[in-house]
Amino acid sequence: MEHERPPIGSARRTSSIAASITRPRHSSSTTTPNSTSNRSTWRRWRDRFFFVLFFASVAIGILGLAALVIDVMTDGLGALDFSFINSYPSRHAGESGIRAALFGTIWITVGTAAFAIPIGVGTAIFLEEFAPDHWAVRLVQLNISNLAGVPSIIYGILGLALFVQAFALDRSVLAGSLTMTLLVLPIVIIVSQEAIKAVPGEFRDAAFALGANRWQVVKTVVFPQAIPGIMSGIILALSRAVGEAAPMLMISSLVFLTFIPSSPGDRFTVLPVQIFNWVSLPQPGFQAVASAGIIILLAVLLSLNSIAIWIRNRYQTRY
Amino acid sequence: MASLNRQKNEQSGFGASVESRRHARRWVRAEQRVVVVVFLLATLISVLATVGIIYTLLRESYGFFQVVSAWEFITGTRWAPLFEPQAFGVLPLIAGTLLAAGIAGIVALTLGLGAAIYLSEYAPDRVRRIIKPVLEVLAGIPTVVYGFFALSFVTPLLQSFLPIPVIFNVLSAGIVMGLMIMPMVSTLSEDAMVAVPRPLRDAAYALGATRFEVATKVVVPAALPGIVAAFILALSRAIGETLIVTIAAGATPNLTLNPLESIQTMTAYIVQVSLGETPQGSLVFKTIFAVGLLLFLMTLIMNIVGRWVVRRYTERY
Repeated sequence: MEHERPPIGSARRTSSIAASITRPRHSSSTTTPNSTSNRSTWRRWRDRFFFVLFFASVAIGILGLAALVIDVMTDGLGALDFSFINSYPSRHAGESGIRAALFGTIWITVGTAAFAIPIGVGTAIFLEEFAPDHWAVRLVQLNISNLAGVPSIIYGILGLALFVQAFALDRSVLAGSLTMTLLVLPIVIIVSQEAIKAVPGEFRDAAFALGANRWQVVKTVVFPQAIPGIMSGIILALSRAVGEAAPMLMISSLVFLTFIPSSPGDRFTVLPVQIFNWVSLPQPGFQAVASAGIIILLAVLLSLNSIAIWIRNRYQTRY
Repeated sequence: MASLNRQKNEQSGFGASVESRRHARRWVRAEQRVVVVVFLLATLISVLATVGIIYTLLRESYGFFQVVSAWEFITGTRWAPLFEPQAFGVLPLIAGTLLAAGIAGIVALTLGLGAAIYLSEYAPDRVRRIIKPVLEVLAGIPTVVYGFFALSFVTPLLQSFLPIPVIFNVLSAGIVMGLMIMPMVSTLSEDAMVAVPRPLRDAAYALGATRFEVATKVVVPAALPGIVAAFILALSRAIGETLIVTIAAGATPNLTLNPLESIQTMTAYIVQVSLGETPQGSLVFKTIFAVGLLLFLMTLIMNIVGRWVVRRYTERY
């Protein structure tokens, strides 16, 4: 399906019929132009014009990405050094750092993983392996896909009303982790379900034939086979949690934090919240600090995603 | 498999008594019963999350609508809960939200559909395998980064040739948001296009159609439900997006259609109140639940419609 195939007579003998048709036989080399050749010339030019246009939309997307990366790099590389990583936020742009936010992000990510992985994987196993085909189960499934589409700020409102106020957890690491758990739970469930579905039915049949009951089949056959898919899904869900700012903005609220949380009951700030704070400060020097923070955030996300891709390529078997 | 065998041998090995074998079997059954109950409880948590969201939004909104009538909320054209005299007409926030999402939708539909047609109808396999993941990186970038990009790059760029009075404007936020949701449109649309069977294309080519004609007259119409659904789901994403519009579009509730002005979206308003000094439980604090309820309903309806379009209109070949 190459686009630029030479329009010589050989075109009629190419394996792809399509390629020869896009090059009409009435080519521009015809010495006596008639209405048919004019029309096909026009159609060919239109074809080429839109090819350029379609390609341009891809190019604009990629250029946008490039502009974003270059914009962040030129603003931020100058402010990025070890003291930036190891300092607390300050009123002076030059002395500001992301130590508190970096450790806050680690706390929240670990906390979210601790809740979301068992709950999400458990739900996925239940829905795929144990749940009967019942209207209530279908409703739960529908509910999960709807939850995946709820705006993240709504989870912030829920976390504020439920965990911060009703459960009296205050604006703590625990409240933040629980809020983030609810946000990434649909992703963990859906990805784990896909991974479990991908395990061939013959594997289950073989285990059942040996006399195993359903839980033994899941524990010893299905789950081990599905682990790579589940793992890469979990990492992608956690990278969503690392980059998510809206709900954390509502739960954390405080962005001028000069200590590292030492227990789940402590207050916290995370990287995106700290970056948002710097971006919205009017003083000129903070733009560079914000960009430096973005570079760190993108580096964390890039490494998480690389791990996910590595796991997928290394361990996933196709049947 | 090995561990299954080992387990069986340990529990009811050769020479074991009938009694111990029966005991092992009972143990296996009991374990399964416990596990199923635990997993069922885990499943209920996602149900509780939905119940929690709806209950929280409804309860606090109810308190709000005791004071401000729902009619005033829905039809009022001035939104100023934080200033005297207070006004609770949500239309300016809705207008701002739809304007931002509309601009994002135009950008994402143009770029996303073009990219999908290129990837599905023109690109050689090798090129597609490189371009697709690069485009999907766009969907993984945190929204706070996009907000910074809009404010520090796109807005100055627009200001160089458009008369933008203040630095905050909805055009810049909308364009960047369009870039963010573009991979969603292109991936979902391309999936729908790839699903259009090869013989349909070949038939059109055999009639002398050009590639453009095959794409626009055969593939796109056949894949239309998927494309429409992709567009609806991406728009719903844009309506719920928070950080880009909070950073780049401003905080002035504004009933306007002018993309060069500063506006405030529903999400940006919720952030503004929750970051401010508003005492919890006050009427102003309750506004975020009323606005949140409206936002929740808008995105929920769009998500349901999007999925319904796919199910209802997808052609099976």
